[in-house]
Amino acid sequence: MALLADPFNALSTFQNALDAFRTSGWLGEGPSGAGAYPPMNVFRKGDDFIVITEIPGVKKDDLEVQVKGRTLRVAGAKAVEYPEKAAVHRRERLAGRFDRAVTMPVEIDPDRVKAEYRDGILALFLPRAESDKPKSIKVG
Amino acid sequence: MAEGKEMAVREKKEVAAKEEKTTPGRYFVPPADIYETDEALAVVLEMPGVEKKDIDVSLENDVLSVDGRIDFSKYRDLEPVYAEYNVGHYARSFSLSDRIDREKISANIEDGVLTLTLPKAKAAQPRRISIG
Repeated sequence: MALLADPFNALSTFQNALDAFRTSGWLGEGPSGAGAYPPMNVFRKGDDFIVITEIPGVKKDDLEVQVKGRTLRVAGAKAVEYPEKAAVHRRERLAGRFDRAVTMPVEIDPDRVKAEYRDGILALFLPRAESDKPKSIKVG
Repeated sequence: MAEGKEMAVREKKEVAAKEEKTTPGRYFVPPADIYETDEALAVVLEMPGVEKKDIDVSLENDVLSVDGRIDFSKYRDLEPVYAEYNVGHYARSFSLSDRIDREKISANIEDGVLTLTLPKAKAAQPRRISIG
């Protein structure tokens, strides 16, 4: 699906596509499925999957990512600090601990998982396990 | 603060602006914290995915406008399969009082959090009066 084929409307098209997938049941009912922090988006690139999540203000040292079998766990703490003698006029940012585990409906290869954290965005590259890749069937 | 508390999920709020943007694409309102110290006013905005070069801070007619654009070219070859949040640019504006020293406004971004420091004009800073 060439989402960005039309550069003029590319962003709108992408945003509408994401909207459509808000009701996707792909991740299903996991032990801590939808509704927990951090919210995740899952994308497919060929046979592999990429999970992207937004955790602004979380320091890399406060972040923990674990993979076991088909389960992915993202945990950590987000701190919001003010200087000692500050008068707070408005407080909209949230802070606290988070610990979320989701189970992928496909087998992933845990040895080749890569994680990248930049500008408050954590991107996890989850390659599909060789044994789980679909086989092409030739139509006779 | 709030060390043991668990993080809550919050839906992104879309900008409801008086004027429409000329380019297509949805804008979201970044959550803001505003606090004041003796020397300055600080505005902290959460804009994950926005790099320093894509931030625009402008001051016009007492209105401070912040615009952060995301580079979504990295989503180019990705096909969405499951989504829990939407992705877009960020914009928010605040009206400033004339107690701010406009020349000295500074900005710093780290881990998707932009901190704008608006130093108060000298006349507005509190002065301690010692009782002789």
